[in-house]
Amino acid sequence: MQVTMSVNGAEVSREIEARLLLVHFLRDHLGLTGTHWGCDTSNCGTCVVLVDDEPVKSCTMLAAMAGGHDVRTVEGLEQDGVLDPLQRGFMECHGLQCGFCTPGMLMTTRALLDRNPDPTDHEIREAISGQICRCTGYATIVRSVQWAAAEQAGTRTSLPEQDDSRTSSAVGSAS
Amino acid sequence: MTAVEDRKVTGFEDNDRKPVGHGRMLRKEDPRLIRGKGRFVDDLQLNGMLHLAILRSPMAHGRVVNVDISAAQAHPKVKLVVTGAMLAEKGLAWMPTLSNDVQAVLATDKVRFQGQEVAFVVAEDRYSARDALELIDVEYEQLEPVVDVRRALDPSSPVIRTDLDGKTDNHCFDWQTGDKAATDAVFASADVVVTEDIVYPRVHPAPMETCGAVADYDAVEGRLTLWSTTQAPHAHRTLYAIVAGLPEHKIRVISPDIGGGFGNKVPIYPGYVCAIVGSLLTGRPVKWVEDRSENLTSTGFARDYIMRGEIAATKDGKILAIRTNVLADHGAFNGTAAPVKYPAGFFGVFTGSYDIEAAYCSMTAVYTNKAPGGVAYACSFRITEAVYLIERLVDCLAYDLKMDSAELRLKNLLRPEQFPYTSKTGWIYDSGNYEPTMREAMRIAGYDELRREQAEKRRRGELMGIGVAFFTEAVGAGPRKDMDILGLGMADGCELRIHPTGKAVVRLSVQSQGQGHETTFAQIVAEEIGIPPADIDVVHGDTDNTPFGLGTYGSRSTPVSGAAAALVARKVRDKARIIASGMLEVSVADLDWDKGSFHVKGDPTKSVTIQDIAMKAHGAGDLPEGVEGGLEAQICYNPENLTYPHGAYICVVDIDPGTAQVSVRRFIAVDDCGTRINPMIIEGQIHGGLTDGVGMALMEIIAFDEDGNCLGGSLMDYLIPTALEVPDWETGFTVTPSPHHPIGAKGVGESATVGSPPAVVNAVVDALKPFGVRHADMPLTPSRVWDAMQGNARPPI
Ligand code: FES
Ligand code: FES
Repeated sequence: MQVTMSVNGAEVSREIEARLLLVHFLRDHLGLTGTHWGCDTSNCGTCVVLVDDEPVKSCTMLAAMAGGHDVRTVEGLEQDGVLDPLQRGFMECHGLQCGFCTPGMLMTTRALLDRNPDPTDHEIREAISGQICRCTGYATIVRSVQWAAAEQAGTRTSLPEQDDSRTSSAVGSAS
Repeated sequence: MTAVEDRKVTGFEDNDRKPVGHGRMLRKEDPRLIRGKGRFVDDLQLNGMLHLAILRSPMAHGRVVNVDISAAQAHPKVKLVVTGAMLAEKGLAWMPTLSNDVQAVLATDKVRFQGQEVAFVVAEDRYSARDALELIDVEYEQLEPVVDVRRALDPSSPVIRTDLDGKTDNHCFDWQTGDKAATDAVFASADVVVTEDIVYPRVHPAPMETCGAVADYDAVEGRLTLWSTTQAPHAHRTLYAIVAGLPEHKIRVISPDIGGGFGNKVPIYPGYVCAIVGSLLTGRPVKWVEDRSENLTSTGFARDYIMRGEIAATKDGKILAIRTNVLADHGAFNGTAAPVKYPAGFFGVFTGSYDIEAAYCSMTAVYTNKAPGGVAYACSFRITEAVYLIERLVDCLAYDLKMDSAELRLKNLLRPEQFPYTSKTGWIYDSGNYEPTMREAMRIAGYDELRREQAEKRRRGELMGIGVAFFTEAVGAGPRKDMDILGLGMADGCELRIHPTGKAVVRLSVQSQGQGHETTFAQIVAEEIGIPPADIDVVHGDTDNTPFGLGTYGSRSTPVSGAAAALVARKVRDKARIIASGMLEVSVADLDWDKGSFHVKGDPTKSVTIQDIAMKAHGAGDLPEGVEGGLEAQICYNPENLTYPHGAYICVVDIDPGTAQVSVRRFIAVDDCGTRINPMIIEGQIHGGLTDGVGMALMEIIAFDEDGNCLGGSLMDYLIPTALEVPDWETGFTVTPSPHHPIGAKGVGESATVGSPPAVVNAVVDALKPFGVRHADMPLTPSRVWDAMQGNARPPI
């Protein structure tokens, strides 16, 4: 069947199998490999993209169902060479390690900040609770999103979160 | 010197103001990853590439009677179908494991665990390959499975490994360490002996990226290129050379961006070999990427130790001895990835961080009808089991003696003057200063205040628990005289080249799976040679372009390759000094180095930078006598000993008395990993490991039903913490440099995974004290906690 949709602002049209998942359409047919795949059961969220600005697990949607809709992937976050504040926040606050969950985290939190520009830490944790990161332990993701929220609001007066070790300074030393 | 964390502020805008050397620096790998431009195995698209899918056994134990592939072969998009029998004709049906056992690539005689590889299909696309699996008709004769590890050695149990000559039982190996007689003597005369049965259930590393490979065999050149999810590309290449009989120089293993490893990507899996065979037979590139269920049911699991632990002490709480007996479930094949002489990994460090008189461990490992593996999931070769055992036992002792668990630990920790310390099981702890670390954790936690709060809450019937754990790790394997994997010594190479314009490339034998090697190693070299990290490119994960070495696992990158990187930079610097002496026309002894330049002693105005020297080394004109052109060096670093990081963790939990739901309110982690290279990255490593620990303690388990069906085969069944189940981590640190590591670093990748499970479990058990609970096994799910509250704490298996 033929499917036509907008992906990162450009119209794409392809002949596909009706059963093709959106995640595989993006990755294998359009070469947009920033959207990842990590489970068989819609639990991991590495595949999250925005469909009409709503976060959607693209492994749980047929490509055909996205026909006529606006799809936005991680590749569409950077505009004219300017990174999304979230992309910068994740770099600044070490919100990623292996980077496999990162595209999904970025898209979900983009949608979060679009509807709630000043979220609490708990709201951020709730927003990403359908997604798994096996590397970061989430705290730095929360900080990254807060960094981006402040950056977007123009309230990021100080330099970025430096306090990786939140509580203590050094104690003993043998040299 | 007291180390103070580098708190220099570096904004994104001026990320070029990176430290020249150690300190907080944003990661060099992030710009591609946050743009979705990572290069993961499944991202690879090659011309004419085919897709491979594997048919797996639906049952735990069965005889393969017949495999009919005719219908699959007739599928219009199928290019190749291969069975175990077909592989056997080529001598490829079995492959060695990393523990000198063998494992079936595709089953020939029997299937031995649910999810075992039986046949594979290569087709034109992902979906067709999976469609064709449905068309393969396998006839099995179901056999009784061995599921209960405690009964694996019963004479009535069916023999799993009938492939091994003369095998008449399911015994895998026996192992012991320590001094039995001395330990028994101490136990016989001790005031107090506490015994507890402690189970560390089977868990799975489950990296977010599953395992996969793309094999591309060029028949004309006889050259195989394999992109694969491997933590150890060089070791894998050697093994492929042995298994497939291809000359090693014609094999190139590329490990591109890896979406988390945690030990899961150390072994060689049948799927990789199938992809290679697929490409050899079709002459086209072949991609295999496993599903999540395949990852969880067939690849390297971790733990699965049933331990009886005993601790002997005086009545005022001086720990005297530890004794333990372990039953280890190794699954159907011994696929443990550990140094050959260490079949139980480094479990021998189970004496922990305490000054004791004697220790003894005896272990029996058995085969069962479960997936092979045994060492994975950030365990530092079984140290996580060892630390869990001792830290649980210490808490049991505190319970019986009615002592505070932190106080009991403080009373028994090794003292700084005892280092280097030889443990009762023969491990030489290189350095340590434990008490300040423990005190720092207690300070951050506000320990006394927490205990007061707990006492108040207990009066009101609320369940609050405070769990303390102290750990000592042993990481950075070799030395090569003691440690090898399949005969390959555990050393690592490093090569550094300074280009004429003063930019550099450093090539590593280890492979990052998210640890940030491209950043950390640039910083290590920068610290030694004074070239900014931005000007140093780090190459890794490609056997054609990096020196040989054993790879990244067991937290060995910084202790081994980090040392190699520092030493290779010093070697280059030594040569640079000679060239500088020629340029400045003084003797080498008259030069001082200050991170990036040499100047004449007493005259800082007469100096040359490392960049000037690099140009001179490659440029026209004479160099000092005996000096070759160029500015580069290579070394292979063989560690003198392991390094011994340590840490003190405190966890605070609340339990809902109505639902038995545990929530982790606070977690304080104070780590000492020696010299800290990039504090941001270190903290990240710790956060991740703490999350793993909460997962294992509260929810993760790979369990099996009585027929051997895996009950943790999807992320719906195998629970991993989300952002809602973990707190905002509170971390601190102390610095006790390793005396034998060139920069004093110790490795940190697995510390938190090792230290956090006992902290969480100790907290839960502490909360349950009013119910008279001294021990409850992981995972502490609401139903299991509820059972414990009713006096029915049961092992999970
Ligand atoms: S791939 Fe796991 S939720 Fe979509
Ligand atoms: S950064 Fe590795 S899974 Fe999130």
